[in-house]
Amino acid sequence: MSTDGANMLTETGADAATVIRLENITKRFGAITAVKDISLDLKENEFFALLGPSGCGKTTLLRMIAGFESLNEGRILLDGKDIAPLRPNRRPINLMFQSFALFPHMSVRANVSYGLEMEGVRGDELKSRVDRILETTQLTEYAGRKPDQLSGGQRQRVALARALVKEPRVLLLDEPLAALDKKLREHMQLELKRLQHEVGITFVVVTHDQEEALVMADRIALMRDGEVKQCASPAELYEHPNSRFVADFIGVMNFLDGEVSVEGVAVQGLGVLTGRSNGDTRTGDRACLAVRPERLTVAPATAERLTHDNVLDGTLTDIAYHGQDIGLHIAVGDNGQVLIARLSAAAEGAADFKVGDTVQVGWQTQNALILPDDSKT
Amino acid sequence: MYQRLRTFLFVGPGLAWLTFFMVVPCLLVFLYSFFERGVYGGIVYDFTFENFDRAFDPLYLAILLKSAKIAGLATLIALLIAYPAAYAIARAPAQRQPVYLFLVMLPFWSNYLIRTYAWIVMLNREGLINRALLDFGLVGEALPLLYNEASVVTGLVYNYVPFVILAIYSSISRLNPEIAEASEDLGAPSYKTFLRVILPLTLPGIAAGAVFVFVLSIGNFITPDLLGGGRVQMVGNLIYDQFLEARDWPFGSALSLILIGVMMCLLFAQAVAVNRSAEGTR
Amino acid sequence: MSSRIPRRRDPAKLFLGGHLWLVYTFLYVPILVLMALSFNDLGLPTAWGGFSLKWYGELAQNDAVLRAALNTVIVAVVSTILATLLGTLLAFGVERRQRRNNTMEALLFAPMIIPDIVLAIALLSFFTALNFTLGLHSIIMSHVVFNIAFVCAVVRTRLRNFDFSIVEASIDLGAGEVTTFRRVTLPAIFPGVLAGGLLAFTLSVDEFIIAYFTAGAGQGSTTLPMQIYSMIRFGVTPEINAMATIVMLVSFTLVFISQRIDRKAISQ
Repeated sequence: MSTDGANMLTETGADAATVIRLENITKRFGAITAVKDISLDLKENEFFALLGPSGCGKTTLLRMIAGFESLNEGRILLDGKDIAPLRPNRRPINLMFQSFALFPHMSVRANVSYGLEMEGVRGDELKSRVDRILETTQLTEYAGRKPDQLSGGQRQRVALARALVKEPRVLLLDEPLAALDKKLREHMQLELKRLQHEVGITFVVVTHDQEEALVMADRIALMRDGEVKQCASPAELYEHPNSRFVADFIGVMNFLDGEVSVEGVAVQGLGVLTGRSNGDTRTGDRACLAVRPERLTVAPATAERLTHDNVLDGTLTDIAYHGQDIGLHIAVGDNGQVLIARLSAAAEGAADFKVGDTVQVGWQTQNALILPDDSKT
Repeated sequence: MYQRLRTFLFVGPGLAWLTFFMVVPCLLVFLYSFFERGVYGGIVYDFTFENFDRAFDPLYLAILLKSAKIAGLATLIALLIAYPAAYAIARAPAQRQPVYLFLVMLPFWSNYLIRTYAWIVMLNREGLINRALLDFGLVGEALPLLYNEASVVTGLVYNYVPFVILAIYSSISRLNPEIAEASEDLGAPSYKTFLRVILPLTLPGIAAGAVFVFVLSIGNFITPDLLGGGRVQMVGNLIYDQFLEARDWPFGSALSLILIGVMMCLLFAQAVAVNRSAEGTR
Repeated sequence: MSSRIPRRRDPAKLFLGGHLWLVYTFLYVPILVLMALSFNDLGLPTAWGGFSLKWYGELAQNDAVLRAALNTVIVAVVSTILATLLGTLLAFGVERRQRRNNTMEALLFAPMIIPDIVLAIALLSFFTALNFTLGLHSIIMSHVVFNIAFVCAVVRTRLRNFDFSIVEASIDLGAGEVTTFRRVTLPAIFPGVLAGGLLAFTLSVDEFIIAYFTAGAGQGSTTLPMQIYSMIRFGVTPEINAMATIVMLVSFTLVFISQRIDRKAISQ
């Protein structure tokens, strides 16, 4: 798994064929470089996510693949051929817009048929293909309605059907779930995943919501300021982030800043703490110890001493009740550092914690990471 | 209760004014159209349909039809001129659009008489256009450009084009830009995107502009009067004549009623067209 | 190696741009020609006789024109004040009601749609039937009719975008109804009222047909548009060019000012 450098021609475990190769793509808007020398391979039949904070260039990258932005440098290879000179209407790629962009004056059926009509498909073939996709997306009974007579979720399905009926090589989706309410969003995440499996086409989704990416994608490219910081599977990103930015963006992470020493990270007031290292850091470097909330074990100070590799003493400053689990905010040391631990509400003793209690917090070395300080990059 | 009184106080005066100075006068016109003209120009209160009969006499019918023809021509030309202009403005950089619109509307805010007069200066025998044609040797002698139907149509188009541009522009600017992109993404070449997606969706603006021009043109008095030189008789001139010269107020009233009737039909048709376009082509 | 989507000099873009400039030419050449002629010593398009303010001078001596201008201002000012008052009140009364009354809407819309010649003859018939003497006052009364509708429309739009919760906030903070109106509501909608007033003023100044019909026979009730009309009808003299230029410049200035007010109000 190569995770460093500007070239992110990553290989995944699967030897799946590459359907789109982005080679050294750069895009400038005046003085600003929105996309900096990005290279990525998108595989056949995979659900790929472009994830990142707003302004990182993910939407620009997506629009370049769709053909709505030109490239300043680089190539976009579809099945080996450079498609960058092609206009959007000539690419076998379709884009699902954030606003869905349904044609308000056309019925659902007319919307879905539109793309096929542009290809010259007529008569029975047109009807049967449209009927089939309407069934797949469960829109058959709404075929005669106009967009303004549909709910948000239904409109999204129309947008999907309209693009998928053309059987593109790749389907691009720009923040597909942003316009939906929370409950629907969660349902649609799984729906999209199921759909992708069913049609077998590569989906490339742009999203700023890391939870969404984790649920839906087979692989995620996490971007920042026009560059891909890490490109890997959700599990890989979560368990083995390659930098502080990635560790912080994905899920919740605790950070304790300090200096690299021979055994681990020396944190002011807390001593030397241990964790796994990528080998990216040398003694003396600024670094941080990163550990996930669910990897922390918490016990009352009065209980038997914890036997973990690292044990700290602290005070409970806050308890956040999340229904199925509990977040414990523990102040450790004298420098205002707070660790957040997460335990299941059903766990032994979970209900007994009270704000103000003194507690012990512990973790094993292999469950923590030592990451270089990249807060400036 | 207090609420009611309050509303009454607010709405009362304005409403009263409108009722007294608009509704009542219009009702009067309505009534007059059914009466007869007195010998010395007064009103004889005998109920009759004669005025309407007369209105559909070949002589007057011809005038009504000519007015419709001129108004229709003006509308068509105005739309053809306005649509590309509105489209161009809508595609301009966002900060420049208000400026472009302002410049389009500015002439519209100056005096109607003067705008019409300007074309007298442009079109008459010693006018600018003839001057230019003569000086460049394109014609041997001055062309009679003025005082005909064409000059009336020109005047009408000139006066109303800015508003049509505005109406179409607001329709175009309200379109979700992603819709045009979606059409292109689905494989449509630009002209098909325009015909199948953009044009139908801007129909409300087109309808609004068209009705505006037509209604104002058909009832227009000043333009045919000044630019038609007495040779082009439209409904507006006819009504003017009946009231101030022929002193046949009942007939003039009947003509006005017909004019309003035509106008209401158009507004109704516009409303239907707008509704229909929202329902789409299929 | 770089590849890009050929952003061809889109032929559509050239056509559209060219067309727009042609439209601007079409719109402005007649106006500019008039303005240029007003400074032409010869006064006619036949030849350029040299720059001269002669025609403006003649205009300034023209008593009829000056009187008409004064009348126009009087009519415009009075009808604007009345219309703004009535129209604003009307807007408030209508916009606050929950139920949409269709007859009311039609009534408010009507003055803007009725062809002006029809309104003109209707008013003439009305005044005559009442044996009402015509004069500047009848013009004023007639102008108020369509001005009310326009002011009302403008103010209503303003009210629609008006966040009513600021009124509630004011009351919650202890202010009475009148104080709230004076210190919260009025300042908030004032730009709308001003815009409506300016619109009414402009419309009144330019209005010809209704004035013509309701002015009556007297010499003392001629408005500027009426004067312009007779000047055009009874022989084109170069003075008209000067008149036209002045009127246009005044309109343009008024529109410009009202745009400024509008722009400032929006940014607040």
